[in-house]
Amino acid sequence: MQLSVFDSMKRMVLSLFVLTGLFTHTYSQQVEEVTIKQLLQRVNQQNDSVYVVNFWATWCGPCVEELPVFSADELHQYQKHLKVLLVSLDFKSQKEKTLIPFIRQNKMEQEVLLLNERNPNDWVDLINPSWSGAIPATVIYKNSSSVFHEGELNLHELKELIKTIHH
Amino acid sequence: MRKISTLLFMFALSLVAMAQVQVGDVAPAFKLLNTDYTEVALDDYKAQEGVILIFTCNHCPYAKFYEERIKQLHSAYKSQGFPVVAINPNDSVKYKEDGFSYMVDKGYEFPYLLDNEGIYKAYGATKTPHVFLLLKSGADKFKVGYIGAIDDSPQDASEVQLKYLENAIKAVKNGTAINPTLTKAIGCSIKPF
Repeated sequence: MQLSVFDSMKRMVLSLFVLTGLFTHTYSQQVEEVTIKQLLQRVNQQNDSVYVVNFWATWCGPCVEELPVFSADELHQYQKHLKVLLVSLDFKSQKEKTLIPFIRQNKMEQEVLLLNERNPNDWVDLINPSWSGAIPATVIYKNSSSVFHEGELNLHELKELIKTIHH
Repeated sequence: MRKISTLLFMFALSLVAMAQVQVGDVAPAFKLLNTDYTEVALDDYKAQEGVILIFTCNHCPYAKFYEERIKQLHSAYKSQGFPVVAINPNDSVKYKEDGFSYMVDKGYEFPYLLDNEGIYKAYGATKTPHVFLLLKSGADKFKVGYIGAIDDSPQDASEVQLKYLENAIKAVKNGTAINPTLTKAIGCSIKPF
């Protein structure tokens, strides 16, 4: 009898560990660090999906104001097979301290990625040559073509932008 | 109808993208309020070889990263005929920290001008910081010689490998071509008056 109590305690402790591990795992998946090359591989697909990539940061006021647009039910009903990727330009040193708590507090449902690049001059043009580097900025990809917008978008403007990629 | 509205939308987008002055263009004139309550104009710099014009502000983390480097640029290049002129294009209603009294508090040794006239638009500045190197051209004009970033490492000054802006000034001093004349940087989008 003694042994089985000890056993079940051991199992409890063990499953606690497993659970903690599991949560940490899902959690770190939410803020995967990606290079521009990895990001472009992810969105340049021939699968008819529409990828909406938004560049933002927790320190960027207009970006934070714009975020609800990307999780709006109306948007996801309007465009089926829509995948939103919120690419954060937060500083890597702030990932645990600022970015992750921000995602948790705001119960963000769309996938957040943290950009892992050093010199903007090397990668800004790869997103779009007309981009000055100001955020927010949004790109839409579908079957290897893309449309780009610098500055904030409201829901109507985002839907209009999505329309342009179907033609 | 849908196609027309889409086309109009694309046209509006392209207009926004087209606004920026190009390298080689005449630098738009300005006369704006400085933090010492005098007005400072581009014309005041006719005796200089050039001007390091930087659209920047108080609130933006990228502007904060570059604050010390901008001060150093002024102390290094003022005596060489390339002083810094900073312009804050943001409305304090949108960013309290960018208000005039907060600009005064900075106590910079170079002019820090309040852009309540939309001069940023004439230059096509879209973000802070956004740098325009102006070069004296003829008796009373400046031309744009370089547009973009100060260097290649915004987040960490100790990791800078390419000093784009300083290299451009050195090229002018040596009589060689500026290369690159245009670089891209991340910044906070301007929220004007």
